[in-house]
Amino acid sequence: MTFYGYRRPDGRVGVRNKVLILPTSLCASDTTRVIAQQVEGAVTFNNQQGCSQVASDQQMTMDVMAGYAANPNIYGTVVVSLGCENCQMDLVVEAIKERTNKPLEQVIIQEVGGTLKAIDKAVRYAKEMVAEASMLQKEEFPLSELIIGTECGGSDPTSGLAANPLIGQLSDLIVAEGGTSILSETTEFIGAEHILARRAATPEIHDRIFEIVHRYEKALQLVGEEVREGNPSPGNKAGGLTCLEEKSLGCIHKGGHSPVNAVYDYAKQVESKQGLVIMDTPGNDPSSVAAMVAGGAQVVVFSTGRGTPTGHPIAPVIKITGNRITFANMEDNIDVDASPIIYGGKTLAQLGDELLELVAQVASGKQTRAESLGYTETAIARVCNYV
Amino acid sequence: MLNAMIVEPQDNVVVAIEPIAKGDTVTYTCQGETKTLTAVEDITIYHKLAAKDIAKGEPIVKYGEHIGLAAVDIKAGEHVHCHNLEEHRENLEEKE
Repeated sequence: MTFYGYRRPDGRVGVRNKVLILPTSLCASDTTRVIAQQVEGAVTFNNQQGCSQVASDQQMTMDVMAGYAANPNIYGTVVVSLGCENCQMDLVVEAIKERTNKPLEQVIIQEVGGTLKAIDKAVRYAKEMVAEASMLQKEEFPLSELIIGTECGGSDPTSGLAANPLIGQLSDLIVAEGGTSILSETTEFIGAEHILARRAATPEIHDRIFEIVHRYEKALQLVGEEVREGNPSPGNKAGGLTCLEEKSLGCIHKGGHSPVNAVYDYAKQVESKQGLVIMDTPGNDPSSVAAMVAGGAQVVVFSTGRGTPTGHPIAPVIKITGNRITFANMEDNIDVDASPIIYGGKTLAQLGDELLELVAQVASGKQTRAESLGYTETAIARVCNYV
Repeated sequence: MLNAMIVEPQDNVVVAIEPIAKGDTVTYTCQGETKTLTAVEDITIYHKLAAKDIAKGEPIVKYGEHIGLAAVDIKAGEHVHCHNLEEHRENLEEKE
């Protein structure tokens, strides 16, 4: 199976063709919002970090920023900084250049003479980039060029029974096609980490899986907190999920049955054509999706039981539910009904083949529900993290 | 009519896949065999109920794995949720 995408100068393949207006800190985020509103074809996000952070915390922000710019769905990036923040322009530019050689422009608000001058300059850069991007012709590529991010949010028991097994089926198909699938949400490995560890390709990866889970739990205990106090959420519980272990055992179905070939830290660049890999992210959806997109995921598949609107400014997000009531109730938000896995009518294999087809269509440009609704929320994880 | 499902044969809880009322017959299939029990209380769709009696302190098993411990004696057909499941973190690395 193939899709039509955009070849980038760094060799990667995009499924969208946007220009990123990248705020290096909170103090540049209102400015980038105005810039992106002025340029059709540009995207941005609200960066709540970028300043006054300790080193390990700042590194996560830096990795998300560099990863967003390098994501192949982005043609080029206009970086906007205030000027005095910890995530200094030269640091951010250097981090981006370590990942990609795509078009890059810089605007420092304090240096160009304030907000209006910065907007003027950045809008002109962005318009030029969009014009260049619009000249690109799509080319046909094999699915092995895809890195798929997998996520579950607003889970209920149907997530573990239907939607996550369907994503797992897709993950195995992507792996068979030679691509990469990312399993995320370390908090939701808790109680199921031994099952993933058994599938580790090497003893080192086996140990890393236990390490990221224990590290997460310990980080919260250091500040006197327990991960399970915030997870499962009230909505998870109302849906019928009782405890973290139950949620986790459903969550890990998103990884299918393939061997785990690597474990990545938050937002680090993921290799293509690597099979199933794990990324250490929180269970909090926008911050987990952010990390996988920063890692290079061009498409995200996202299961939900309760129904969530989550989208992303850079990558299309495909929503899947196994809850037939939610599918009927939130039809404007959900792309795929996985409930036949519970009630019959279609097999997991049939639905898996259909989902792979949909992923290829979305990669070729088909709009997802989250895209059509304009959902672009994003969050960046921090030291002592979301759960 | 099937109104529940079991994930793994060794599980001691089943999941309601239809709304179940107190006194209803709960029907699910396990390894090709149809099994029934009686719901002793209303069960919200997609919530869990005990497939067999579970004594206080015994593991609650779903997906073939321990998800917690019975906080009280739980009778077959009872709703299993936060009120009668005690969360319990096992050291799974040592257990391996």
